[in-house]
Amino acid sequence: MSSQWPLWEIFIRGQHGLNHRHVGSLHAPDAEMAIRNARDVYTRRNEGVSIWVVKSADITASSPSDKGPLFEPSNSKVYRHPTFFDIPEEVGHM
Amino acid sequence: MGALEASVDRASLFEFALRMGDNTLILGHRVSEWCGHSPVLEEDIALANTALDLIGQTQMWLGLGGEIEGKGRTADSLAYLRDAAAFRNLLLVERPNGDFGQTLMRQFLFDAWHLDMLKALERSADSRVAEIAAKAGREVAYHLERSSDLVIRLGDGTDESHRRMQAALDDLWPYTGEMFLADAVDAAMAEAGIAPDPASLKPHWQAVIGEVMGEATLTVPDSGYSHKGGKRGVHTEHLGYILADLQFLQRAYPGAKW
Repeated sequence: MSSQWPLWEIFIRGQHGLNHRHVGSLHAPDAEMAIRNARDVYTRRNEGVSIWVVKSADITASSPSDKGPLFEPSNSKVYRHPTFFDIPEEVGHM
Repeated sequence: MGALEASVDRASLFEFALRMGDNTLILGHRVSEWCGHSPVLEEDIALANTALDLIGQTQMWLGLGGEIEGKGRTADSLAYLRDAAAFRNLLLVERPNGDFGQTLMRQFLFDAWHLDMLKALERSADSRVAEIAAKAGREVAYHLERSSDLVIRLGDGTDESHRRMQAALDDLWPYTGEMFLADAVDAAMAEAGIAPDPASLKPHWQAVIGEVMGEATLTVPDSGYSHKGGKRGVHTEHLGYILADLQFLQRAYPGAKW
């Protein structure tokens, strides 16, 4: 039966978090029930203050085989990381 | 005990706490029977949550009962060591789970009453009662939101789901009247401002039921007949089986802890 229901990706904004974070997925017949199900499945221990649901099918993902061309070029560009600055003592932890 | 608590007789207040706590205990146990058996995983977890909410409320009501009685009984001893005739729950909540539709219909009919009852109890003259009602009310508001939504979806669903929901409503309807019947205990509670007159909850309950059943395309039976007895300890045969399951461990191994 559940195989007839679409899959939804669940995002929850935690008590102190600023952003919604992906927490997992579940099945539901529509968005409204996906939110209810998410409430029951993922917020049982007071994890969240807000829930987003997105149909898994609506997510466009990068292809794993593109990993090289997409991400590797940045490996050799150390100058993109702000590691060449001396941080004055008085600034403290950044 | 303050002056307010003393103005109503202790036996009636104890009885009232048992009625509230036994409703949530027995329904909570019934709903927990679905754990691991629900049609889909998401429903399984949702039902288990509802059952846990109800068991949590039981701890508060029966805890209060034990405190009022003042004989050293706790929520645990009241739940695990009373026989069927000492239970005060409505017959509705001991009805068998049946199919998923029957379980949801029973939940909805009870939730609609439960929420109104708790809202009224939030204004109780007894602050302990008001406090429990306020805490339980937030959980029950969600129970009602969920059960009414599912009753509408299944009632107004396929031919098969519609047929099952109508059968569930017809089957359970004669067990709803008991929620609104008053006896001497209810009269004493209303008199002392501790709880509402049960009959006063009926018009709004009927309006909620009417609205949801309308959307669910289900027909509310026009029979006014009602089974009764649970509130004074006269139960159907089902309660004995529930208690056998619920109480076995404490009966077989008295005082066992884990």
